[in-house]
Order: sequence, then C-alpha cells, then structure tokens
Amino acid sequence: MAKADYEIPGLSQYVPVPKLEPGKMEHSSPFIAKPEHNADLGFPGELVDDWHDKAIDKMGDLLKKYRSLQVFMDICVKCGACTDKCHYMLGTADPKNMPVARQDLMRSVYRRYFTWPGKHFPKLVGARDLTRDVLDEWYSYYHQCSECRRCSVYCPYGIDTAEITMAGREILAHVGMGQKYSNEIIGKVYKIGNNLGLPGPALENTLEGLAEDIEDETGIAVAMPMDKVGSEVLLITPSADFFAEPHVDGLMGYAKVFHEAGIDWTVSSYASEAANFGLFIGNYDNMEKIAKRIRKASIDLKVRRIVHGECGHAWRVAYSFWNTLAGPFDYLDSNYPVPQHICELTYDLLQAGKIKLDPSQNDDKVLTFHDSCNVARGSRMGDKPGGQFDIPRALIKAACNNYVDMARDTINEHTFCCGGGGGLLTDDLMELRVKGAMPRMQALNEVVESDKVTHVAAICAICKTQFAKTLPYYNMGMDMIISVHHLVGDALIMSDVPEDKEEEDEDEARAQD
Amino acid sequence: MAIELNGKTYETDEEGYLADLSQWDEDIATYMANDDDIELTDAHWEVINFLREYYEEYQIAPAVRVLTKAIGKKLGKDKGNSKYLYQLFPYGPAKQACKFGGLPKPTGCV
Repeated sequence: MAKADYEIPGLSQYVPVPKLEPGKMEHSSPFIAKPEHNADLGFPGELVDDWHDKAIDKMGDLLKKYRSLQVFMDICVKCGACTDKCHYMLGTADPKNMPVARQDLMRSVYRRYFTWPGKHFPKLVGARDLTRDVLDEWYSYYHQCSECRRCSVYCPYGIDTAEITMAGREILAHVGMGQKYSNEIIGKVYKIGNNLGLPGPALENTLEGLAEDIEDETGIAVAMPMDKVGSEVLLITPSADFFAEPHVDGLMGYAKVFHEAGIDWTVSSYASEAANFGLFIGNYDNMEKIAKRIRKASIDLKVRRIVHGECGHAWRVAYSFWNTLAGPFDYLDSNYPVPQHICELTYDLLQAGKIKLDPSQNDDKVLTFHDSCNVARGSRMGDKPGGQFDIPRALIKAACNNYVDMARDTINEHTFCCGGGGGLLTDDLMELRVKGAMPRMQALNEVVESDKVTHVAAICAICKTQFAKTLPYYNMGMDMIISVHHLVGDALIMSDVPEDKEEEDEDEARAQD
Repeated sequence: MAIELNGKTYETDEEGYLADLSQWDEDIATYMANDDDIELTDAHWEVINFLREYYEEYQIAPAVRVLTKAIGKKLGKDKGNSKYLYQLFPYGPAKQACKFGGLPKPTGCV
C-alpha cells in the first residue's frame, strides 16, 4: 500500500452526504497519452492548433449520431435526485462530481454553440465558450467518472452520465487529448492481443504452469489449451486472469468446470483479451475493431461457442453491443446463448446435475457479493429479469454455506462502483480511486462487523484489482477479495480424482488432526 | 524526466520507470529502491534477477503465480507466496519490482 498524502475518508454507520468543498479534486487528472499511443488509435498525437473548432464539430457529430446525447443535453430539469448518488462525489466532496454538475460541464458548451438562446444570450441560460480552461476541466472531471451509471438509476428522466462522459472523452481524444492508460492499452490489444501485452509464448508458458498447479492440487491433468482449432468453446477473459491475483484462481476455476463437464475449450493468442477499452473512451470505431478480433478468432479456431470469463464491461459490450458491432454470430451453436457468461455456463451445468459442488469446502469463509456496475446496470444473464444478480449469487451459495448480502441500497442495480472502473484503474488516479471506494467499503465494513464476513466475491477484473489495492486503506485485508470461480473451483467435486491422490489427502487430513 | 546518477543520465517516464531498458544497471535499481525507502537485500535481488531473466525470454514480466512458484522452488515453500513478495515490495511485487528491475510497468486490469 502506497502512502497517502491526502485524507482518506473515514467509515461510519452510513455514508454521509459530505459538506461540499468546491475545487477539492480539480488537481486530479490522469497522464495524457503519448503521441504514439494516440496515433495507434487513429487520433492526433498532440493537441491540434484548431482544437476549438474541431471539438465543436465533433460535438455536433456526436449529437447527430447519438440521439440519446441530444436528449440528455436538453432534458435535465435540475431536480437534484442524482446529486448524492455518485461514489466520487460522496468520497471527494467536490461538487463537480455531482452527476448533474458533470453533465453541465458539457451542457453549458452545448447551449452556447447549439441552441438559439445560448448563441444570443449566453449568460441568461448558463452557456459558456469552449476555452482552453474548459477543455482542461473536461479532461480532469471526465476522468473522475467511472461510467458506472448508478446516477442514471435515480434520474427520473434516465439521463445516463456515462454516455456524456464517453462523449466528453471522445471529443478530447479527437483534438489530441487522449488518456495514457486507456490508449496505451488499446494499442497493446492491436499489437500483441491483450491489455497486458502478454505475447503468445508467455501466455502458453503461463497456462502450462497453471495446469501443473491444478494437477499438483487435485492429481488430475486438466487441459488449459491455447489456439486449439476445432474446440467447442472459445474462452475470452480479461488478461488479468492470466497474470494477477486473485484473478488467476478464477481462471483455474473455469478450467476445472470445463474439465468436469467434459467441455473442450481453448483460449486464442490472437484475441487473448475480453476487455474492450473502446467503450471507456467512448469511441465506436475502436470498440468495433476490438470486438471484431474476437469474431475473427472464433472463426479461425472453428469454435461453436464463445464464453466470457469474469470481466464486467466486456460482458456489457458483448451482451449489449456485439450483435451490431461484430455480428451476426449465426455460425455459432444456437442451442447456447451468444455470447454466454461463464456464470451462466456453470449455473446451467449445476441445474442439469452435470457438475456438483461441496459447499463445506468453503466453510472457513463468510461471503458477500459485489455487483459490478457494467454487469448490474448494463446487461443481463440467463433468461429471467435480474438474472445478472441472481445467477452469481446462486453460484456462491452453492459453493459456500455462509452468505450475507450488503445493504439493499448498495447491491443489485443500486450497486456502488468499486471506484476503479471506466478506465480509471491507474496509479496516477490513486487518490480518486481510494476516495471513490469509500461508499463500497462502508457497506462492506458494515457486514464485516455485523455478520463477520471474511470475503467479498466479484466477477470483474477491474473490481478485483481495485479492491485488492484499496481495502488496506480502509483497514481491511487485501486478500478479502476473491473470484466467484475461485470459490466454485474449490468446491467442485472432481469425479476422476486418482485413488492415490485421495489416500494422500486423507493421510494429510489425519496428520493435521 | 531523467535521473542523474554517477555522471550517467537515465531517462524515465512520468511514473519513474526506465524509458530505455538497456540503460539499466544495479546502481539505478539501488537508487530507485532507496527513493521508495527500501534497502535492496539478497532477497530482493533474487526477485529482480528472476524478473529480468523471464523478461529476456518472454518480453513481459512473469505472472504473479509464475514468480511465486519460481521463488518457492529456489528459496523454499514458505517464501513461495505473494505475502512474502509484498513484504519485500510493499507497493506490489509486479509493479515495484519491475520498476527496480528496469522493466516496463504491467498494464491492464492489474
């Protein structure tokens, strides 16, 4: 845990609406992308000379392309319902982190250039010129929104601040002010195949090592194949699942489920990434290009199904946008959902009795579940409304006897962002991430104290990393965060455990007694 | 940005990672560690050297599990875990040890 030279919010019994501190976070701004990072994505390398006209032109384009943006610019009645719903506002006390204020950063410019009263009487209608200061203000505060959409749940008009943030970032990128973290990562997807920059040979070596670990633990040779043509399933998963903890235990859980169910699967070295940061930067072309890599991999590998690992925004992109971005997927097996989430796959196998879990394996734990924003508010699972809430919880409950939910206004569609979503999971925004984590940490801390919760499970790589990094700031252990499929993997009854391994385990158990 | 040390100039990025991997030497590693209030011991060097060897072969830092396994094999099972690595590199073994070792920072959801 890095030292903090800022005040870390305290945790109380509820999340108080803070006393506003104007300008509190105006210094927070992520690193600007280097020219080569912007160029890889088709953006100008540096701030262009005619940035003012280019930005207004781009805003005009976006207002035409996305009718929702036009409606959101016009429809807000300043009712105030959103003001205390943003985790960054609650954690930082900066009034510009109120969703309505974040929208107004763009709305004021929209009025000046695109409405009659704003063109003629700007001061009367809160319209302002697009100046260099305004551009910098956009860069700062459009990178203090994780595009989590919690505010939109409470807006009586359904204004989605995430779409406005995306439009803001898109305009900034088009005048040469891209964000380093997201743009460098997207470039790596094009050049190497994933966000990490993990080349094929390293991925193969990593998978072999993980298969060895599973064999050491269970005595069973579980395949973890790469680029296996003709497999039934192509698994696409965040590359953090290959690399980081606690993510990697989730990946080993998927592998065990596939093995036990007899499903032949593979990952692709060409599209070894589920994440699609094109969504975060609000750029349709890049989102499309990334999605089409997965389509190409699925065709080249002649698979019949595509299954998504535990990644929040990738699931939203796949579930909500894939059909028009990269579809149709009529070459895949229509007996299964396209795309299918790993939680749906495991849940269906459990329902059909094809796999069995022994929840007593996790008796040392008391679990709660953190709903990830893009799954909770941007997609669905299974064939019933609310499946995205019920299916992961059903899996956890099948894998563990002790489960408690956090407070009702912090779960399901009301879930609080972990504080690191939407392209903000970068060290240069650590202050924002720590402060923005506060509302989620408050709800978690409450069940730790009331119900002795030991672990929080999640199905998103960003959430997992953000929790591991921020839990210690709130005096909780970084190893509290766990993958849902880690729990599943530990509880899974493997039917082909060799007898000598069973005896060995029994001996070990006896020795421990 | 740059670090001046013993008459040599080391170019770094905004976050203090070496811009040119070939410029790395033990002096700069020690300097960066001291800057983070860490004195490099043999235990730290075991990790840094493994990272550099792995990077040489695969052009990426090893996954945390690959690293813990390798360290466990070399130094004993009790040290083959991320807890041990966090004791050595409190800001996270992947990022801090990569920095001292002159390797680029891992990117993505990590």
